Amino acid sequence: MAKRSDKLTSLSLPGPEDIHREVLPNGIVVLARSNFNSPSISLGGFLPAGAIFESDPKLGLSDFVSASLMRGTQKHTFDSMFNELESVGASLGFDSGVHNVSFGGRALVEDLPLLLSLLSESLRTPTFPNDEIEKLRAQLLTGLALRAQDTSDMAAMAFDEMLFEGHPYSRPGDGYVHTIQSITRKDMENFHRLHFGPGGMVLAIVGAIEPKKAVEAVNRVLGGWQVPGQVGPCELPPHKPLKKTVKRHHALAGKSQSDLVIGMFGPRRRDPEYLPASLGNSVLGQFGMMGRIGEVVREKSGLAYYASSNLSAGTGPGSWEINAGVNPKNLDKTIDLIEKELRRFIKSGVTREELEDSQANYIGRLPLSLESNGGVANALLNIERYGLGLDYYQRYAGMVRAVTRGDVLETARKYIDPDRLVISTAGP
Amino acid sequence: MKDQITQVTLKNGMKVRLKEIHAAPIISSWVWYKVGSKDEPTGRTGVSHWTEHMQFKGTKKFPANVLDKAISREGGRWNASTSHDSTRYYETMPADKIDLALRLESDRMQNSIYNEKEVNSERTVIISEREGHENEPMFRLTEAVQQTAFLVHPYHHEIIGDMADLHTITRDDLYNHYRTYYVPNNAVLAIAGDFNTKAMLKRIRELFEPIPKGKTPPRLVRPEPEQKGEVRLTLEGPGETTFIQVAYRFPNATHPDYFPLQVLDSLMGGASGLSYKTSRLYRSLIDREYAVDVSGWSEATIDPFLYRVTITNHPRRKPEETIQALDAEISKLQDQLVPASEIKRAVKQARAVFAYGSENITNQAFWMGYVEMFSSYDWFTTYLDKLAKVTPKDVQRVAREYLQPRSRVIGTYIPKGTEA
Repeated sequence: MAKRSDKLTSLSLPGPEDIHREVLPNGIVVLARSNFNSPSISLGGFLPAGAIFESDPKLGLSDFVSASLMRGTQKHTFDSMFNELESVGASLGFDSGVHNVSFGGRALVEDLPLLLSLLSESLRTPTFPNDEIEKLRAQLLTGLALRAQDTSDMAAMAFDEMLFEGHPYSRPGDGYVHTIQSITRKDMENFHRLHFGPGGMVLAIVGAIEPKKAVEAVNRVLGGWQVPGQVGPCELPPHKPLKKTVKRHHALAGKSQSDLVIGMFGPRRRDPEYLPASLGNSVLGQFGMMGRIGEVVREKSGLAYYASSNLSAGTGPGSWEINAGVNPKNLDKTIDLIEKELRRFIKSGVTREELEDSQANYIGRLPLSLESNGGVANALLNIERYGLGLDYYQRYAGMVRAVTRGDVLETARKYIDPDRLVISTAGP
Repeated sequence: MKDQITQVTLKNGMKVRLKEIHAAPIISSWVWYKVGSKDEPTGRTGVSHWTEHMQFKGTKKFPANVLDKAISREGGRWNASTSHDSTRYYETMPADKIDLALRLESDRMQNSIYNEKEVNSERTVIISEREGHENEPMFRLTEAVQQTAFLVHPYHHEIIGDMADLHTITRDDLYNHYRTYYVPNNAVLAIAGDFNTKAMLKRIRELFEPIPKGKTPPRLVRPEPEQKGEVRLTLEGPGETTFIQVAYRFPNATHPDYFPLQVLDSLMGGASGLSYKTSRLYRSLIDREYAVDVSGWSEATIDPFLYRVTITNHPRRKPEETIQALDAEISKLQDQLVPASEIKRAVKQARAVFAYGSENITNQAFWMGYVEMFSSYDWFTTYLDKLAKVTPKDVQRVAREYLQPRSRVIGTYIPKGTEA
């Protein structure tokens, strides 16, 4: 058996000794860490050009723009760009979220310069060719037609609409059919001109390369990028508190299973309550086979294949939700069981044993989440996005152990009120 | 490939495969049983997958919730899955905690309880799992195509099983399945990660060697007769989107044509795990707006299975037009030799995919066990070399032989709008 001391394990976690962080003169933050165990690299990053900047009539614009970045640049057609990438087994892609457009890619280490140069081109000089935009539009509209038939997507979308009513988080990032149809090439060019720039951009590289060399490689292709007039980050408006339980059912004919989302607001990632909420959530609906919720809904009652609780915490207000897929005739019974568990949770919190179980789980699984280059790149991006500190993963075990039963109960009572819930269902 | 692994067979016939990797303080352990949906007769379809679920319901030593907690407490990740040919269980753990996984697997190889009440509670869970699948047009289409392609061979049914059988399978069916197939001489233990091989092997012998050898379990053999003529089917359901699945017959994983067919698959639909925007099917179907999505899929199986092209049809196209465009692309592969450079490119892509896979210890342990289900570890280590030997003529020959309309099944999902 392996004999590993705690010290050795914690040294293998990313920290200030081996994460290289550098801010380029134009503001791009670069993070790098070496891993010479495999001849490959992973790259990830983001910049503040997400859906939050869209107007209501143009919902889905950020998503459409990010999907178009590689569809033609000043130097490459769509096909020639992907030909270069795919010929060497590399990949690169963009995705849009509420706040940021994110990107990710990987390659054999010898192809890092190619990957970075195509990343830079896509970010800086996309041409939005008309024919490519129209092909994409048809694909996005088909995506929306599939979404309209997906019980889980429709329940989640209605949940966000109810929970975040009047707040930008209530809007679906992929838009609606009429908004996708209304977006023009001009809209895309304008959005790109205003929001894509080095300000607020973060890039992480992890793999078989010395960190300093990785930073130099980024600097060569992106160091000269300047966008005067790039729009800065957007202030979030406050969200309305829930005054009572709200319910909505989205009818979808011809389906065998209904999806259910029950939830409320949750903390932001940076809030001090985040860790107590996360550990509490683990007890409620994650630990082992989906925690207490899994135990009552799946194991004891056999009502669902999946039933779990999930905390979604980011830049702004988060959500705390319980998700389940159940036979339509068991919907009410499942909702009752979940409500009972929530009442029990805020009445007596978690037991010492439950908390210790989840704490041990959080600490033990950390090395597993950092196994691949992509996992480490994500960890570095989270450090930067939420200002966690370069030593965060080394301090992590101590922070997890410091959370008490009292912290969990207090946090649960702050966020969970079983008389003020959002209940969203979709199915027949 | 310089993959060095230790291969041992215990006295009770259990095969052990070990690979030391010291990149991270992690160990991944997999137990594979040679039994899957291919071994299920009509009336007991889904029994392998259901047995897999029951294996999480505990033993005397590790009752259900103790089992869960014990692994999760240590920060381990564990799960199981059932395929056509095999059932496998894994734990990926911090290196110093792997002993728990080994004790658990040796215990549940022989001591699982199969309580009647648990069986019935799990029945509704699995029915719910199936109902979730049935919500997806693609599941229904894939199931229908497979049922049509295999009238005799048990690849006929989906791994989860037919709904009728999920209602009638009994506790004894499950327990008999468990006792018959979960014997050490039908199992492979594959472990990769941060350990010392000698010490690990000693511990494995202590835990697994005392388990008595069982009767060699039979495998169900019902060869599919040759298909003589194209079969087409349609399904209807809610939605606005048409899906098409075209299934050709592919040989099993140890057939010499398997490797040229892997190259063909890669040229058509791109390398597995990479983007595929310069693949032949993307260029001919998506770029020309016959489809909004397309994928090619084949599987390494014990018996001959399928190569499936799955298409999300473009809303402006009739399915027939898209099938014609697919046929035109296939004809090109049959009529013209592909450039050697295109094969070289496919090999480089595969090499990159292998490099990405080697970052992940769980993945490496997976492969050591997986190949044992239909071949041996050499199959894995010589994979890239075998791809590199494929010639343009090989690709043309297999395209002509296997991509024939007379041996294919075409399924189309016709959407009936939102009021269906």
